[in-house]
Amino acid sequence: MSVAQYLLLSSVLFCIGIYGVLSRKNGVMVLMSIELILNAVNINLVAFSALTDNIAGEVFALFVIAIAAAEVGVGLAIVLLIFRNKQSVDLSEIDQMKG
Amino acid sequence: MIAQNIFFSILALLIIVSAFKVVTTRNIVHAALWLVLVLAGVAGQFLLLGAEFIGVTQILVYIGAVIVLLLFGVMLTKASIGDEENINMPNRAIPAVIATLMFAVMSYAIIDSFRGEKLPKETVTNAAIVSDSIFSDFIIPFEAVSVLLLAALIGAVVIARKETA
Repeated sequence: MSVAQYLLLSSVLFCIGIYGVLSRKNGVMVLMSIELILNAVNINLVAFSALTDNIAGEVFALFVIAIAAAEVGVGLAIVLLIFRNKQSVDLSEIDQMKG
Repeated sequence: MIAQNIFFSILALLIIVSAFKVVTTRNIVHAALWLVLVLAGVAGQFLLLGAEFIGVTQILVYIGAVIVLLLFGVMLTKASIGDEENINMPNRAIPAVIATLMFAVMSYAIIDSFRGEKLPKETVTNAAIVSDSIFSDFIIPFEAVSVLLLAALIGAVVIARKETA
């Protein structure tokens, strides 16, 4: 098992997530794409943890999972607030702070 | 080693195809269900790497909690059950170019620096080893995460509640 195959898989997942964040207009879909990116990071952390035989990578992956759960909670609360104020979650309509 | 490679390939294919469906499907509920497959595949990769506690946590937290939260978000923002018309940015070629270029750069760097580096013989890190590390070396980050989760919980309630209440 080479470590490069895990890193390549995680970079594929990361780039698909980047594409999703940039190309989606719906707030919930953007949050889903962010989950893809965070999972790519976790694969990287665990693969390096196995490569260097150091447990710190796995512990950091656990922290990333915990913070992703917090992020999706706050993110959905913001999306719900936007929906309540504007009756849509279309992110291209949210431009009040645009100069 | 051969069996490991076979299962890696199956799971990698599952992850990539499902992730692609997540970012391309026009149906939000289907996207959430494809995301379940991605997360399950990633959990399988963790098990394959011998990180059993992370794999189980991935299933519990992501598939158990995050997906349910996302489906609640889909439900509360009144997404239609069928295909959505207005879900993608008008110009999707630029994001595709950005993602492809990014992948090209990253894969070049990865292959250049890690070609031929083999993973050591598989050692399973069970929950005891992980918890020993968390509660000795990483005790302060661990406590910080617990405070962060509390702050996120209160913050989500404060943001999402009705003004009049």
